[in-house]
Amino acid sequence: MRQAVLAIILATLGLGARGYEVENQRLFAAGPDSPVLRIISTGDLDLFAPLVQAFQQENPDVAVDYTVASSAAVYMAIATEGAAFDLALSSAMDLQTKLANDGLAQTYSSAATAALPDWARWADRLFAFTQEPAVVLISRAGLGDLPVPKTRQDLIALLRDNPELFTGRVGTYDLRNSGLGYLFATQDARQSDAYWRLAEVMGSLRPQLFCCTSDMINGIDSGALLVAYNVIGSYADARPSEEGSVIYMGDYTHVMLRTALIPATAENPALGGRFIEFLLSPSGRAAIRTHTGLPPIDGATLAESPSFRPIPMGAGLLVYLDQMKRAAFLDEWIAAMVQPTSTNAQGQ
Amino acid sequence: MSRRATQSLRRRLLIQLLGVAAVLSALIYFGVRTVANQAAEATQDNILGASAATIAEELGSRDGQLVVDIPYSAFSMLGAVNAERVFYRIETRDGTLTGYNDLPLPETAPSLLRPVYYTIAFRGVTLRAVALRRVVTVVDRPVEITVIVAQTRNGLAGIASRVANLAAGLGIGFFIVAGLLNWVATERALAPVRRVAEAVRRRGPADLSPLRQPVPRELAPLSVALNEFMARLRAALDRTETFIVEAAHHVRTPLATLRTQAEIALRLAQSDDSRRALRAVIRAAEESGRSAGQLLDHAMVNFRSDHMELAQVDLHDMLGHALRALTPSADIKDVTLKLPTKYGPAFVLGDRLLIESAIRNMLDNAIKYSPADSSVTLTLTTEAGRHCLAICDDGRGLAGVSPETLASRFKRGNNVADVVGSGLGLTIIHEVARSHGGAFALEQQSKGGVCAKLFLPSSLPH
Repeated sequence: MRQAVLAIILATLGLGARGYEVENQRLFAAGPDSPVLRIISTGDLDLFAPLVQAFQQENPDVAVDYTVASSAAVYMAIATEGAAFDLALSSAMDLQTKLANDGLAQTYSSAATAALPDWARWADRLFAFTQEPAVVLISRAGLGDLPVPKTRQDLIALLRDNPELFTGRVGTYDLRNSGLGYLFATQDARQSDAYWRLAEVMGSLRPQLFCCTSDMINGIDSGALLVAYNVIGSYADARPSEEGSVIYMGDYTHVMLRTALIPATAENPALGGRFIEFLLSPSGRAAIRTHTGLPPIDGATLAESPSFRPIPMGAGLLVYLDQMKRAAFLDEWIAAMVQPTSTNAQGQ
Repeated sequence: MSRRATQSLRRRLLIQLLGVAAVLSALIYFGVRTVANQAAEATQDNILGASAATIAEELGSRDGQLVVDIPYSAFSMLGAVNAERVFYRIETRDGTLTGYNDLPLPETAPSLLRPVYYTIAFRGVTLRAVALRRVVTVVDRPVEITVIVAQTRNGLAGIASRVANLAAGLGIGFFIVAGLLNWVATERALAPVRRVAEAVRRRGPADLSPLRQPVPRELAPLSVALNEFMARLRAALDRTETFIVEAAHHVRTPLATLRTQAEIALRLAQSDDSRRALRAVIRAAEESGRSAGQLLDHAMVNFRSDHMELAQVDLHDMLGHALRALTPSADIKDVTLKLPTKYGPAFVLGDRLLIESAIRNMLDNAIKYSPADSSVTLTLTTEAGRHCLAICDDGRGLAGVSPETLASRFKRGNNVADVVGSGLGLTIIHEVARSHGGAFALEQQSKGGVCAKLFLPSSLPH
């Protein structure tokens, strides 16, 4: 424990020297001369600490230095700072893909990675370990007798037909400061024209824009929101809301994949490989489900739900990271969503 | 004689044809690989070009600003089959608009019509890149834009290995099929050789007529040479026959004269010593004459049995001739020759000279081994398509020596020291019987004496 406290103090002191912002850090100590596995992750410490401890139960000879950062910081730490992390875990599939594409990830392969479905790995560099659907959260009580929407068409009709009920009580990600929201929105736009009509309708209802899923869940629980669009279902499931109920859209439900990669700058890439092995092993998958509440990779579950579409890893994701493409997309989104009548970014 | 010269023709043909097939298989293997790899690379280049073209399609201007709206498909199409890494750069005269600004430009600038494909090393990997040029009008001013898209070619390695397997399969398949066809072709090509060999092998021992088998042009020299050789052999055999006949005359006549003169001298001789000496001379002359005659007979039989002149021969008739010829020598020993006369003609398809020789030897033996004042019985019967000529004497028998032993050359019985003989008579009879498809047997009679039996197949007269 003393070591952990020391680590936090050191991390805090060292913050100024870093080009990326660290949200939290903890050292999971092992024996005196144990090698240290350095992980940078977007996963909250309270969710992931038990997972790290489960890993250490199987690998008692490995100390783990776990750093929490935003997905943009994870990207920057590796792409621009060349920080010596042995493993990068992130929910930003596009940034992870860009790291791998740009040659900043090492290749790793084993029987466990070969057994992954094709959509859950890319170029032997990127390995998915959770599958988290983007869902719609609605407040049952707030909706009253109105029908529960099953598709985006239903949702558009519901919002359009009841503007007096929904005005100011619709929430979604603010794409300008949420990488995940941007990923979901671009995938929505790629998948269907309905997204822009939905954006128009939501924009006319003075939507509340959020950085994070948890804020939207809080909004539903407090009654401030009746509908939250593109909430991570796994968080909603992990933190059951009293008021909200999770709706999987029947036309399509995008599934975000949380991915792991071994940075090219890793000092102990073999330790990173051992953590990947753990994440993909049956005991690791069980630990992911138990300790983090996130759904581990499971091809069978996705096969049963035809509307579930894992976001494809690969070069396609680079398109929306293009600076001009992003600027154009955000311009269009702002035009639709942030209409003159709406109050800007209430949820901040 | 080198080993190469004695090797089978078929094996040499097969090995050479298989060598050719192996070379062709290798050519197929490398040919298919080269063509397929080039096709795969061309296809990949086309996709790369299409990707750059779709980006170029979306170039435009808005509010006096150049905008690039990269379509999702532009990159996703590149990694559709394999996980390929993708890099891009959109360049104007004023600098990089978007993308990787350190991605190398092509050495030769692309024209408006023709994109440039090139291979580069970038960030530690080898990339295939395409550069194409477009002009976009921004506020009435034309702006030249170069679009570069580059990708790794991991997929090509997979395609190459699949193609290599396919090409190897094709090559091996071709080799197997060609091998089988070669085998069939070799067998067919060598069939005439086998036919000629078979035709020569099937010939009778004395058939020296020219080969009439039609042969392929390549075998004609062999066939001609064979026929010439056989003609020479035939001529040599003819000469041998002539020599035998000549020799018979030249040896027999002086011996007969010697004997006659010695007998005259015997009658005129006064002293017992002279008579004894002359008798020895007579006996020696008789022995030599008989031996010479039998030797020549045997040579003749040997020659003719390979070279028979077949004709319808009447055994009965010939038996008569032989009897008449030998009656004088029988009379000398007071041996009676008994021949029943009631038989009809008994025809055999055979060589007159040979059969004559056999009968003469049989009779001669019978008379020779008969005691004085006895009789020799001749019978001629026909049974189951075979004529049987039996000549039985009342002589001393075989004395326990087997007939087979007696049939070999120069072998005589144990009890015949006092009788003139060469040991060739039975051999001659056996040869004649064999060459006519018949048989010869000596049978000890229970009442004493021996029956010599010559069996010859019967033939119907024409």
